[in-house]
Amino acid sequence: MKHNSFKKGLVDGLPIGIGYLSVSFAFGIFAIANGLAIPETLLISMTNVTSAGQLAAVPIIAGGGLLSELVVSQIIINLRYALMSVSLSQKLGPSVRLFDRFLISFVNTDEVFAVASAQSGTVGRGYMYGLITTPYLGWSLGTLLGAVAGDILPEIITAALGLAIYGMFIAIVMPGVRSHRATAFCVGVAAALSVAFYYLPVLRDIPDGFVIIICAVAAALLCAAVAPIEVTEEGGADNA
Amino acid sequence: MPEYGFFVYLAVCAGVTYLIRMLPLVLVRKKIKNRFVLSFLYYIPFAVLTVMTVPACFYATGNIWSAIAGVAVALFVAWKGKGLPVVAACACVGALAVEVLCRYVLV
Repeated sequence: MKHNSFKKGLVDGLPIGIGYLSVSFAFGIFAIANGLAIPETLLISMTNVTSAGQLAAVPIIAGGGLLSELVVSQIIINLRYALMSVSLSQKLGPSVRLFDRFLISFVNTDEVFAVASAQSGTVGRGYMYGLITTPYLGWSLGTLLGAVAGDILPEIITAALGLAIYGMFIAIVMPGVRSHRATAFCVGVAAALSVAFYYLPVLRDIPDGFVIIICAVAAALLCAAVAPIEVTEEGGADNA
Repeated sequence: MPEYGFFVYLAVCAGVTYLIRMLPLVLVRKKIKNRFVLSFLYYIPFAVLTVMTVPACFYATGNIWSAIAGVAVALFVAWKGKGLPVVAACACVGALAVEVLCRYVLV
C-alpha cells in the first residue's frame, strides 16, 4: 500500500504539531532563563528541530562553551536520528527524489519517524511533506510563545514550567522502562553515572556536554554488551 | 559568548544535527545487521535522556521540594501510560502546587 497524499500526511502530523507546542514552549522558557534572546531562541528551534539536542546546546551556547563540546554532544545526543534516517530510507517510496530526502531529513524527529514507520508499505513525498509541516510549525511557534512568555510570566509560573521538558523526557523513557527490563537497567546505570558526575569531586568539573556523552555511551555500551536486543527480520531494533 | 558569537554556535549546532539526519537518509540504503550496533543505537536515546534528566530535573524549579513533587507526579502519570503533553503538564502542575504551598501557605 502506498501513502502519498499531502492531506493525509497533514492530518497524521497534526497531533505531533500540537504536542510540540507545549514542549517547545518549555524550551523557549528554558532558553530565555539561560540568558538567550528571543530571536536567538527561535532561530535555534527553526534550524535544529530537536528537543534533547537543543536543551543540551543552550547552556553551551549561553555560557560560551567549547565548539568541540557542542559538536560532540550534538553527535551523541542526536545519534538516534542516524538510525531513524537509515530506517526511514527503506520506507520511502520511488516518488521521493534525492532533493526530497535533503528536506525530509531536516524534520525527521522521533515522532515523525514513528508515524511514518507505522504506515503500511511505502510512504511517498506528498505524504512526507504533509507529515512534517505541522510538527515544524508547532515546534517553531511554541518556542516563540515560550520565549516571549518567559519574559512576561511571573517567576513562580516559569519555575514550574521549567519541569515540562523533563516531564517530556520521562514520558519518552517510561514505556521502554516498563516493558523491557534491560532498558530499565540501562536507565538505572545512566542515572547512577550522571549523579556521580554531578556530585563527586573531579568528575563534577567535567563540562556538561561531555558528561552526557561519557555517561550515555558507557551505559549504552554496557547494555548492548550484556543485554543485546532482539533484531527483527527487517533489520530494525525491537525491544518487545 | 566571548569567543565565537551566537551565529557560529548556531551554524555548528544546526549543521551537525542536520548532517546526522541527512547523511544516512541520502547515503545509506542497506540495512544494518550488526546486533551490537543496533543494540547500542537502541539504548542510546534512553541513556541520553536519563543523563539529561537526572539529577538536573531536581534543580529545574529552583526549589528542590517542588521539583521532587513535579518529578514524582510525572513518573506516576507516565507509568499510567499518558503521552508527552499530559506528563509534561502534570509535572508543572505538581511543582506549582508545592511551590504555592511553600511560598504562601507554610510560611
